[in-house]
Order: sequence, then structure tokens, then C-alpha cells
Amino acid sequence: MAKRKKAPKLITPAMLRDSFDRRSMVVGVLQGGVGLLLATRMGYIALAESQKYQMMAESNRVNLSLIPPRRGWILDRDGQPIASNRADFRVDLIPDRVIEKEKTLEELAKVLGLDEIALQDVRDRLDKARGFQPVEAGSHLSWEQFAAISVRQPDLPGVVPQRSFSRYYPSGPCVGHLVGYVGAANAKDYEKEHNPLLITPGFKIGKDGLEKVYDQTLRGQPGARRTEVTASGKIVRDLETREDVPGQPIKLTVHAGLQEYAARRIGVESGACVVIDCLTGDLLCFVSMPSFDPNSFTDGVGRLEWKMLSDDDHVPLRNKLLHGLYPPGSTVKPTVALAFLEAGLDPKASVNCSGGLRVGNRVFHCWQHHGHGSVDMAKGIYQSCDVYFYHFAQQIGMDQIARTMRKIGYGQKFPLPYPSQSYGTVPDPAWKMKKYGKEWAVYDTVNATIGQGYVQVNPLQQAIIASRLASGKLLMPRLMHEDKPAAPASLGVPQEHLDFIHSAMHEMVNGRGTGHAAKIPIPGVELAGKSGTAQVVGLNIGNGKGGLWRHRDHGHFICFAPFDKPRYACAVLVEHGGGSGAAMPIARDVMTYMFDQQKAWDALTKLEAGWGGTPQQRQATKYRAYAAEYGVSAPAVQDSDEALARESEADARPMPQPIQSDAAPPAPEPVADDTPAPAPSPSPGATTNPAASQHP
Amino acid sequence: MSMHVIPTPLRGLPWRVLIPLTALVLFGATVLWSAAGGHWSPYAWKHIFNFGLFLSLAIAISRLPERAFRQSAYPIYGGLVFLLMLVEAVGKVGGGSQRWLNIGFMNLQPSELMKPGIVLVMAVFYASLPPTLIRSWRALVPPLILLGVPAALVMLQPDLGTALAICFGAVVVVFLSGVPMWWFISGGAAAAVVAPLAFFFALHDYQRKRVLVFLDPEADMLGSGYHITQSKIAIGSGGFFGKGLGNGTQSHLKYLPEAHTDFAFATMAEEWGMIGGLFILFVFFVVLFRWGMGVARRAPDRFSQLLAAGMTATIFFYVAINMMMVMGLAPVVGIPLPFISHGGSSMMTNMICIGTIMAVDRWGKRAGSRLG
Repeated sequence: MAKRKKAPKLITPAMLRDSFDRRSMVVGVLQGGVGLLLATRMGYIALAESQKYQMMAESNRVNLSLIPPRRGWILDRDGQPIASNRADFRVDLIPDRVIEKEKTLEELAKVLGLDEIALQDVRDRLDKARGFQPVEAGSHLSWEQFAAISVRQPDLPGVVPQRSFSRYYPSGPCVGHLVGYVGAANAKDYEKEHNPLLITPGFKIGKDGLEKVYDQTLRGQPGARRTEVTASGKIVRDLETREDVPGQPIKLTVHAGLQEYAARRIGVESGACVVIDCLTGDLLCFVSMPSFDPNSFTDGVGRLEWKMLSDDDHVPLRNKLLHGLYPPGSTVKPTVALAFLEAGLDPKASVNCSGGLRVGNRVFHCWQHHGHGSVDMAKGIYQSCDVYFYHFAQQIGMDQIARTMRKIGYGQKFPLPYPSQSYGTVPDPAWKMKKYGKEWAVYDTVNATIGQGYVQVNPLQQAIIASRLASGKLLMPRLMHEDKPAAPASLGVPQEHLDFIHSAMHEMVNGRGTGHAAKIPIPGVELAGKSGTAQVVGLNIGNGKGGLWRHRDHGHFICFAPFDKPRYACAVLVEHGGGSGAAMPIARDVMTYMFDQQKAWDALTKLEAGWGGTPQQRQATKYRAYAAEYGVSAPAVQDSDEALARESEADARPMPQPIQSDAAPPAPEPVADDTPAPAPSPSPGATTNPAASQHP
Repeated sequence: MSMHVIPTPLRGLPWRVLIPLTALVLFGATVLWSAAGGHWSPYAWKHIFNFGLFLSLAIAISRLPERAFRQSAYPIYGGLVFLLMLVEAVGKVGGGSQRWLNIGFMNLQPSELMKPGIVLVMAVFYASLPPTLIRSWRALVPPLILLGVPAALVMLQPDLGTALAICFGAVVVVFLSGVPMWWFISGGAAAAVVAPLAFFFALHDYQRKRVLVFLDPEADMLGSGYHITQSKIAIGSGGFFGKGLGNGTQSHLKYLPEAHTDFAFATMAEEWGMIGGLFILFVFFVVLFRWGMGVARRAPDRFSQLLAAGMTATIFFYVAINMMMVMGLAPVVGIPLPFISHGGSSMMTNMICIGTIMAVDRWGKRAGSRLG
């Protein structure tokens, strides 16, 4: 600097050389500085932070994936699977990782051969799913399809092909309402339980019924697999695998064969059937039909199938066993007769039936308008004479009748592994005062004694009632199998009273009664039963036999066999079956199954030929019709889980009952073995034109 | 060293640089062998072959007399500018950017050759500039034009890394030529003003993104920050001794991008650890700091001084930027690590630089022996 000031203009080569020496020193020092900086930086990364980066490298390299545990089986009383698992190749989509949705779907559709309808359902599910919640794109893949997807996986981010186990219900819709169904966890489930297992592709939780209630038992422990993966997610090798621990099985009291038989026997009707073991209270079948197929809910129900289920006026989504409430009709009469006996009425006491009885200033009709003549208790039951009950109920009083009804099981709620059940009403003066603030009237008693008016039951109660009447024991329904069940207590009803009721119910089916349609075609096994017809609309709208399906009478039948040594009790309900005539043949065939399976199957095979096959086959036919008619135009499924829950809740609420101030007309009883034609299940496009069934 | 053992033609070779350099190239070959999954092809074998080929070129260059360099400087410079314009024109015609010309047996990248080319032409310019003019505008404006034309052409390609390398070599020569210090201070100040403007208006989106990501790589872990993060994971997980040859998971499982080119250092560090890194730094210290700058200081005249220092700076720029990049100290720019990374173009450029320094070394020794 000093030099420059002295001679600013004079610069010699020597000065430049000096300058070069100095400046090259500066450059050299800077270079050395950079070298030192690099060495320091490397030391910092490779020594000080090495631990952290080693972990990051490890978490890059190693992919820990959960293996969904195999779900515990649901077994019948003999160990037959009602719900099992089957090995399956499947493809899931992780919405967060899918980059080009349309391109990915297009590629999948090509490999999996998805049609427009299936593709639409995948798109729906993808739109609804959040983040890392896996969405199924396809299951039951062939090995070739699975391999094709696996090869393309690096180019299709978010697509997860895997080998897993999927839930399988061998008899499909026959067990829908018994076991519920499973499905992928939704956002709400994940909020409740922050378990990474829930968002593991292929893992399903119980969504309804037993699958939901026993979810923790059935679930099991997930396995884990550590794999070495490349940056693009390709698996290089397996490092370590811990096997899953399958869930515990649960064993039911249900007999799988009977369950399927009864469900199929209901056929195209909308109904319910329960069979109970009279010794233990074991539920041998627990059927509500029609039903959804739980197999198709496993992977999320599609639009078309959902529309099919929603359109059906036979409400396949409702569990009629627990949530359907119906007036019991004449099936209440054996219980009322038992109340008469308990009150000390002589069974020989008789009344003359001329086709009606004046109560106050109104005439209450008997279903048999021509009259029954002289009627005692036995004839009152087997001929189902309404006048007999009108007459003596007024003498005995509603309080006694209601007491006996409650003891037998009316209005009772049972401890069963289902989230909710409707349990109906046993009306008495105190109940009416509390509920409506009105005095009990004589016509209320008269209505109640023929199972109309305020009385409501569900089909499960009907079966319990039948079993208690049959056994005289305080049977409680059991669905979960126990090896050594506790012996049921006695009802405290004298055996001669029971014997009397039994013989009258036996007469009803095998003798002078109205229930010949229920007679079992096996020599030596005789059935005792009582039919019932519950009116849905007043006579001013329809006669209950024909006309609109939803205006027809409900049919009930309760029974047990053998009549002298009751072993099995059964209750059948047919909604809008046009009367008890629709229920009796079903009960007959189901009870036949208990004693001779081959005979029962033979009868059903003939019937199913006329109905268009098994429930699965009929559903498949209907699906094809829907696919042809609606294609991809069906509305999107909003939330099947919620819709199902709503369906149950709506039924669990007690139905509003209007105050009745008039006589409910008695429903007619079938006389001969004639069976009304089953109402055809509605099909899309075709208008239903049911033939009005003939009745004498 | 006993000179009698070594055959005469080899005696003149600068073994003190060729031995460490060869060691470095062979070390690089092991890295490339591993990056190819334990195979000599396609990288490692070619790497050694390229080295051999361009070493011959370097030795040939080192035999040239100083006169040849001085005389050919401007023609070479002019030819390279012409080629750069040709690349631009071909790119325009072909639709899209292009950096190379296909000349049959190889893809010629003129911008690569411009790195030693600009140093050469700058050295010639300042050597021929009368010393009294060193503080006048005539010492600044012509070099700015000489630099500006090729730098602008390379930026247009666009190739920020190479443009910066060209500028760096030239600026070092200008600095060492003895131009007033305040030019640099005010130039630095101007750059401080222009840099943000350039960032927002001159850079391409992807380049801007790289700078942003460099400032905060974790902000975009799965996007552009991925490269830097994965590279740091590779280096950090190697620790002091490394995971052992062939055991690098970051490179073999493809988490590391460009494991055989730009991020070859990270590939190396994962398997050889810090020891490998220190070895590489040591070799570059020997080759650049001890030998390259030493040759420049001992050089017989102004031209050869500037030439050797400029060539050293060019190689240094590669080394510094690449290693800073892989360690997260600089944005991701496509600059390979000399003698380690796979790639013929960069090997050629670096060996031209080495050959030129060798030439200066030879001139210096001659002058020294003449003096002696």
C-alpha cells in the first residue's frame, strides 16, 4: 500500500510478481481454508451426527410392515365354520401415496379386468378415504394378476399388492344378521383407537353384530415383517418375520346346517325364524331374511348392491329378529289360557260362540263369522276361538293375564351380544295410565287377549315363549356356546296346566284344529303349535290376504316338538305373508330338519327350483338385472356403516302407538292345509302384481 | 529419489503428482465398482480407461512449449466460442436445450473445454498487457468481454454450474494479475446487490428451488431436499471407518441419487467413512495446494504463473463445490468430483488442467536448470 501511494503510476513487472506472490498466498490460504472447512464438516456429519444418520439410513433401508392377524373363526355348536378366512391375493390403494390417480386406476382396471361399475366403486372408496386409510382395489386376484401388479408396483406408487387372508362366510346371506360383517376401519374407528394396525392394508375390524361385539377376541395379534427396500419401494429381501397370532375363535350355540336351512326355507318371503333347545335355551338358529351378504360388505359395498339393498321393501338391512315388533295375534292365546288356569278357571267352562260378542255397546267379532258353537278352553285354543277369550278375559282381568304374559317372556329384554334390541309391550292398566294417562277400558283387555292392540313382540321373544310354554322352565336364550350350561329354573307353573296347553296345541296341528299345514311328515314325531295372524291395516283398506304386499297380514307360528316331551321350540314370522298360513309350512320344514335332514332338504330343493335358486343365486340374478338397468348411474353409497346403524336405531326406538278406542278386528285363521302363494320379491322395472290368495 | 533407476523418457514426469493422482483415480474406481453393484462395468473400467487416455493427453500437452500456448490461446478461445454458439443453434433447431455436439465417436461439450480455455486466454491477455496499464480500464474491460461472452452462452444452455466454473477460473486469474484490490471489493459489493435480483429474475425455477432447498433441505424432505438429505445420511451413516466396500445401503438401494456421478463422494463416504474422505482431501491438498500452487509460484514468467494458478483454481472449484454440495454446504449443482466421479468430459477437462500445470512445471524446471 505504501509503495502504491509513493509511485501510483509506475508499475514494474517485479511489482506484479510481488503482487502475484502475495495474492497467490491469499488464494492458497482460502483453498486450504475450504479444505479445512470440508474436513470439519465431514467430521461433524460422520462423527458427531453419525448416530442420527445411521438411524435414518436404517429407517430408509428397512421397511417394517404389519401382517394383519388372521381373524378368529366363528364356529357353530359342532365346530363347523360360520365365518372363516381364506387365503387371498389382493390389491389396496393408499390414497396419500397415489400420485396420478386416473393413470393408476386405468392401469389397475387393465390388469384386473375391472368394468365401469367396479371402477366407479373403487373411485367412490378412494374419494371417501382419508390419508393412509387403505382402500381396496381388488381382491380374489389370480396369481397372474397378482404377479402383473407386483411387477408394475415401482411405477404405481400407492398400490399395495399383497397376500392376505380375507373373511369368508360360507353360507353368505344366511348368516348376515347373525354375525354382522367386517370392514376396513374408517376415520372414526381410527380416532377411537390409534392403532397402526387399523390402517394396515388388508386389516378388517368387526362392524356389526357378533363381529363387532367380539372384535377384540377375534382380532388376534399382528405379525411383523422387516424387509429391505429400495428407494422406489421394491423389496430386496426379507430380513425378519414374526408370525401373526390368529384371533381366538368363538363358538356359538347355532347349528350351521339348520341356520342355512331355515334361512333358505324362508325363501322369497321377508321373515324370521328361531329354533331353541328346550333343555338349555341354546339358540339353534337365528335367522332374519332377506339379508345382506356379509361377504360383499367385507370389501366395502358397491353402489349397485347398495341400491339393491335399499330399494328392497323386504328391508334386508333390518334384523327383524331383534328389531321387528309385531302384534302376536292368536299366538298369545295359549299364554292367556295359562293365565286363566292360574286364576283357577275350570278348563271345561265353556261359552257359546255365535260369531261375535257384545262388549259394552260394540260387537267384537270372532274370526269365524259363522260361530264355533259351544267352546271350552281346549277348543278355544285349537280352533282359536276369539269369543272364548273375549268372554273369560273380562272375568279374569288384565292384571292376571299381563302377569302370566311377562313370566312367559312377553316384553322381556334378553342379554344377547347385540348392540340393541326392541322388546315390545305387555299392556296393563297401570301401563296405560302411565303412558297415556287414560283409564284401562274393557275393549283394551279384549284386544290384548287376541294379541292385537297394544301387545307387541319380536320374533325372538316368540321363540322363547314357545320354549317356556313347552318346557315349563325359565329358559334364557343363549348364543355363546358353553360346555356346561347352568340348568334353567322352573317357571313355577303346575305340570297339569302345561300338559293341558300342550295337548290343546297338539290338537291344533294334529287333530281338530286349524294348523294342519304344520304337521310334521315324520311318523312318531308330533308337533304342537299355535298360529297367529296380525293385521297390518284395517279392513277398510284391505282384507289382509291380497292386494298390496305391505298391506297384507303378518303370519306367526310358534311350536315345539315332540309335543309330549318337548325338545325343540320354534317360532316363525312371515311379514306380510297374508296370515299364519305362510308361516306354518316354514315351521314344519324347519322342525322336520331337526328330526330328518334329508326329508327337509328334499322339500326345500323343490321349492328353491321354483324361487330361482338359493339366496346367493337369486341375489346374483338380481344384481345382473340391476347392472343391466342402472350400470354406473346408481347413486353413491354415502356411508354404509352409518346407514346400517341408523337402520338398527330406528327400529330400536319404540314405535309410537296410537290410543286405541275401538275393537281390533280379529284376524282370520287358516282352516285347511292351503298355503298362500309366496309374495314375489320385487324386481327392478317389473311391477309387482301378486295374485290374491284364496281363502274360505 | 534415485534418478538412475527410472528410464529417461519417464524421468521428466512429475511423479510427486502422478502417484497420488493415480491412487485417487484407482480409489475412485473402487467407489464406482461398488456403485455398479460390485461390477467393473459400466463405470469403473471406463473410469480407469479414461484416466489412461487423458493422462496421455496431459503428458502430450505438458511437452508443448510455452510459445505454443501463447500463440494458440486466442484461436482456441475463438473456436470454443464458435462451438458454444453452434451448440446453441443446434439446440434451437432440435427444439430444447443441448450442451454437447455429437462428433461421431463422442459427445463434445464445448463448455467443458471453455474452463481451461478461459484461463488460457486470460493468462495470455494479462501477460501481454503492459504492467503500467494494470490499473487502467484496459486491464478490466477486455477480460470482462472475454469472460462475458462464453459465460452468457453457457448460462443460456442453461448450465449454471459450468458457467460458475468458467467465471471462477477467470476471476482468479484476474485477481492474481494484480488489478487494483478495490475492483474486487466493489465487485463483491455489486454481486451482493445483483445476486438477489438474479435469484428472482435470472434463474430458472428449478435452479431457484435448488437454492431454497439448500437453505433448508429438511423443509422438502421428499422433494428437492431429498438429494441433500440422502447424501448427508450416506456420509453420516458411514461414520469414521465406513460400512465396508460394497456394504453401502444408501447407494445400493438407490436412495442416493446420481451415486456414480455428482454424489460419488457420498457413495464413497458411506463405505469408506471419514478415512476415505480425509484421503481424498489429502490427495487434493497435495495435488492442488502443494503442487499446483507451488508450480505457479515457481513459474518462470507472468504468463505461466497465471496459467498454472488458473488451472489449479479450476480443478479446485470442482472439488470445493462438489464436496460442499454433498455435505449440504452448497446448493445442488451438477458438478462432479474430479478423478472420483464417473464421466469422460470432466476427466478430460481436469486432465487438460493437470497437463497444463505439468507443462508450466517443466518450463519452470528448465528455466531453473538454465539458471542453475
